[in-house]
Amino acid sequence: MTANDKKHSKPGKPAARGIRQTMSDLHIWAGLLVGWILYAMFLTGTVSYFKEEISQWMRPEVAHQAAVPDAAEVVPRIAEELQQMVPGSSQWSLGMADARNNVVSAFWRIAKPAKGERGFGSAVFDPQTGQKVSSRETVGGEFFYRFHFQFHYMPVLWARWLASFCAMFMLVAIVSGVITHKKIFVDFFTFRWGKGQRSWLDAHNALSVFGLPFHAMITYTGLVTLMAMTMPWASSAAFKTQAERQAMQSEISAFVPAGKPSGQAVPLAPLGDMVRQAQQRWGADRIGRVTVNNAGDASARVIVTYGDFERVSISPKYMLFEGSTGKLLEVKDQVGAAAETRGVLYALHLGRFGDTTVRWLYFLTSLAGTAMVGTGLVMWTVKRRTKLPHPDKPYFGFWLVERLNIAAIAGLSIGMAAMLWANRLLPLGMEKRSDWEIHWFFILWGASLVWAMLRPAKRAWVELLWAGCAALALLPVVNVLTTDRPLWRSAIDGDWVFTGLELTLLALAALHAWLAVRTWRHQPKRKPQRQAAPRPAANSPAPAARDVDSGATAASAAMAPDLQEARP
Amino acid sequence: MTSPALSGALRAALTKACQVGPLLSRIVAAIGGGYALAAVASVAALALPMDKPQAVLAGTMASFLVYTGAVVWVFAVRSATRAWLGLLLAAIPLLLAAWPVWNGVTPA
Repeated sequence: MTANDKKHSKPGKPAARGIRQTMSDLHIWAGLLVGWILYAMFLTGTVSYFKEEISQWMRPEVAHQAAVPDAAEVVPRIAEELQQMVPGSSQWSLGMADARNNVVSAFWRIAKPAKGERGFGSAVFDPQTGQKVSSRETVGGEFFYRFHFQFHYMPVLWARWLASFCAMFMLVAIVSGVITHKKIFVDFFTFRWGKGQRSWLDAHNALSVFGLPFHAMITYTGLVTLMAMTMPWASSAAFKTQAERQAMQSEISAFVPAGKPSGQAVPLAPLGDMVRQAQQRWGADRIGRVTVNNAGDASARVIVTYGDFERVSISPKYMLFEGSTGKLLEVKDQVGAAAETRGVLYALHLGRFGDTTVRWLYFLTSLAGTAMVGTGLVMWTVKRRTKLPHPDKPYFGFWLVERLNIAAIAGLSIGMAAMLWANRLLPLGMEKRSDWEIHWFFILWGASLVWAMLRPAKRAWVELLWAGCAALALLPVVNVLTTDRPLWRSAIDGDWVFTGLELTLLALAALHAWLAVRTWRHQPKRKPQRQAAPRPAANSPAPAARDVDSGATAASAAMAPDLQEARP
Repeated sequence: MTSPALSGALRAALTKACQVGPLLSRIVAAIGGGYALAAVASVAALALPMDKPQAVLAGTMASFLVYTGAVVWVFAVRSATRAWLGLLLAAIPLLLAAWPVWNGVTPA
């Protein structure tokens, strides 16, 4: 914080600090303090819209799936295998393969977990053979998705609280940013290219305003996804009994807890028939999940759940069967108005309902959101650099923000690419292979931070951006060398998952190259020179005058007095 | 340390505290006070003539908007005192609505 800033954000000074001014300060500090985490949440969340495709790419041994297999045939196949693998499990569940997903993801409760062992097991199965997928051990695109809201190396609950906390800052930053922004429409068409701080400001504005409805939606719905944890008070005040809580759960979740087993062994009725009944009701490709409680017991229940694609809601929609006879017990396809609202908000966040086009729109808008956070962070330093008394020896706060920006923005790309490299290069039979994919993500990200701290700032930016560019651009090459699915063959075979993903990597590499070149060519304007020049000189920007045309945009409004004070 | 120097240091520290105090107060009001107000609002929603689970969900979803509004309020007004007063004022009707809910269902 500079002396000027302190003067600025100091409350209690009654005089004319208009609402735009106070909101601008709020916007700047709310955005900065958690900006680095928000950037990481935004970018990993963005790529998670293609989590299934990333997972497919990370399992190159599993063949491209030309047609979606029939769930009614797949389920019995895998169920048979599972019942032998985990006999006595009180619950197991199969997430179906679909157009975007070529494996069946199963999880099960472990009957008698050893001390310190997690109570759940999971594996992926090949829908064609019903066998466990014989691919490299990988966490797949699931990692970015999980990291997006619960990070890593820390207790899940704390991490989700932290994510919610940051999301709340984001929501405040969005609202205060909009209030600051008087000419929100005009500014959308304003772009002053190559003008240093103004260009950053215009880019930040354009990126923010372009996706504003999306950014507001995604932030708010993100909070809604974790609200049972962060805002439990109404629920705990209203429900005192287990039955009431269960009634509430049935409004928001298709999860049906397993009852007490009767102890009487009765084999499961054919699962395929139950799945077919659901297919007749919903359509052949609409089965999302099949869950079996107490398989092999007289009390067995089978829950066939509707998939969340092509339906903008995640509210529970399922059919419940008696496992021993296959009799339909219950059809759940309606919830109350507030519960449905929640279901829609949640589904809007996940974006799983969309087809490929919608998904790309989600991806691009979300990428704009990532850039919004990134440009906001960079602007904080750009705005203050011109006022540094000794640009080569900035005060600690400035130094820290600048270095964290470099590591958070340029370094993250390297870390994410490193994980994909690790997926291709780590020995296939390695112990804890999927853990090491993740470790490499953090090792390279951490190394970027060290690099950013040791090198001169501008060089660090350029070097790390080039490193990110190379890491991304070489991934298709690594893929050629380590698998039998090179880009050209994927393209010829019509495998749009591999082709699309690798072309996207190349496009992102080009984006990094462009940023590196722009950063390298950029010459920051230095204040001492400006001060030395007589004020009305043609090439000296007169900020106060310029502000007339920029209106009261977020930072310029906040900055104008600073610059005036700085003038001799 | 001589006593004038000490008192000078003390005065400097006090001035600093007076400067930072209101800001800290606002930050606490925004993060803590805003959360408390949002929580009370979510419970107050149970007073609405709705099915209980629906009221819980509606109140909880709306609470984040209350929270956001509270934070904006806290930093928009002229002084930290006003910020707190505003939060309290907003909390009174919500508390009145939430009170029977807390009392009514809490087993004695």
